[in-house]
Amino acid sequence: MNRLNVELPGLNLKNPIMPASGCFGFGREYSQFYDLNELGAIMIKATTVEPRFGNPTPRVAETDAGMLNAIGLQNPGLEKVLSEELPWLSQFDVPIIANVAGSLEEDYVSVASEISKAANVHALELNISCPNVKTGGIAFGTIPEVAKRLTRKVKEVSKVPVYVKLSPNVTNIVEMARAVEEGGADGLTMINTLVGMRLDLKTGRPILANNTGGLSGPAIKPVAIRMIYEVSQAVSLPIIGMGGVQSAEDVIEYFYAGASAVAVGTANFVDPFVCPTIIEELPVLLEKLGFEHISECKGRSWKKHGELTYHRA
Amino acid sequence: MIQKELCQIISQTEIADDIFEITVKASMVSQIKAPGQFVHIRVADALDPLLRRPISISSFNSVKGQMTMIYRRDGKGTTKLSEMKPGMELDILGPLGNGFPVEEMEIGETALLVGGGIGVPPLYELSTQLIARGIKVIHVLGFQTESAVFYEQEFLKNGETYVATVDGTYGTKGFVTDVIENLGFDAIYACGPTPMLKALERLYSDKKMFLSLEERMGCGIGACFACVCHKADDPTGFSYKKVCSDGPVFRAGEVVI
Repeated sequence: MNRLNVELPGLNLKNPIMPASGCFGFGREYSQFYDLNELGAIMIKATTVEPRFGNPTPRVAETDAGMLNAIGLQNPGLEKVLSEELPWLSQFDVPIIANVAGSLEEDYVSVASEISKAANVHALELNISCPNVKTGGIAFGTIPEVAKRLTRKVKEVSKVPVYVKLSPNVTNIVEMARAVEEGGADGLTMINTLVGMRLDLKTGRPILANNTGGLSGPAIKPVAIRMIYEVSQAVSLPIIGMGGVQSAEDVIEYFYAGASAVAVGTANFVDPFVCPTIIEELPVLLEKLGFEHISECKGRSWKKHGELTYHRA
Repeated sequence: MIQKELCQIISQTEIADDIFEITVKASMVSQIKAPGQFVHIRVADALDPLLRRPISISSFNSVKGQMTMIYRRDGKGTTKLSEMKPGMELDILGPLGNGFPVEEMEIGETALLVGGGIGVPPLYELSTQLIARGIKVIHVLGFQTESAVFYEQEFLKNGETYVATVDGTYGTKGFVTDVIENLGFDAIYACGPTPMLKALERLYSDKKMFLSLEERMGCGIGACFACVCHKADDPTGFSYKKVCSDGPVFRAGEVVI
């Protein structure tokens, strides 16, 4: 019995676990550790029209139970992703979610239009929330009207469903979610990193060359859970949750909050085997908790008693 | 092949002020290809500190299946690591990166090995392997002060060894470059702080030279793009090398340091 299969717009997943964008490159490095076919899906590194080198180093700084990064969307550009990375990934029977980034509206539209034609790209993740680029990115992710407009434009050209990646760096996350739903989004992914900073004890200056960076890891999980809890009750879009996921227990908590699938980011750096380990442990944990299927966990934090599947534990 | 392994600690000793030498039993030793490779150590099965620590391999013994790392106690992670005792297990990912090419030298030639501070350790295995190949080695080791000096005797067993300290409390007062100007050699292998590597690259551009770089890392395997540097032939462009998986050793003039 498969307790883990999940169906989402464009995505027929054998399990709801996938590496998060930016934490897994294009899969090559992790393929030396395990068979990528084990994954539910792969969210590949953000792709922009032109190649990007990204920010100066240092680009990462550790924090308490987390890390800051300011990579700056380094990627080989659309052409190379289409000609080299996606064809390499096609050896695996795993749906690819392509993260689409840019500085201008037309950049997003160009990348979305082209990358969504690739046979193994089953969905797009619209990156309107990268905190580490000077122009674009975050602006699209913090003004509801701008986000809605961009979503609509990308939807017009995309051949596959569009998930919009929400930024936690906003006052009202529900307002943002509603805006992109109105813009025609097929789903949401949340949350991107929280803007943070660390200073060097000896020099007093920021550790990151970019000064600020995006905070990820276990430290941000409670923020993500709260936001998914709010958003999942306010919109009818499916949510792929992320932020500090390290274990099968974390995955269940995300489902309780209202997520329909879960991405694993920073934990891949700590343990390259974390995704297959979680996939292996999930059925055991579901059994222990008394669930037949992972979908029974969804929204448990807010559903009324009558809406809940019978819990035999 | 890179392995993730729980390795038993055989010994751990403080060999100079805040400098620790740790030896572990590890099957990944059979996978080590060259001196200068490193391992990524998780110092605690906890959320804090979260990330692994990259530490170079200073020597290994394939027969015993043991490897030794030398590190400086300098923060939360390395302090935790320094408190671990023989018999305890350590989560290690490795061996990682590309080391120093020993086959670049001919029998009878002289290699100059230059180390600065915590960049000294990987040169020890390199020295041992070069000697085994019939290559003469000269070591120039730079430290801040006398109490920070380590492994002088070990290097002396392999060949000529010069020590410099910044404050002059031991050996020559000054930097490694102050010692090198009087020496004759065919190639340089170096590991240490960036200013030292830059100075060597500038002063000895006519020599064959291999430099081991240091950079803050995330994953250690080339996936996160934290430790990239520009290529020297395209200093402002999009091409890059990753210190963790393309390096940490590069030929002088290959990347911008």
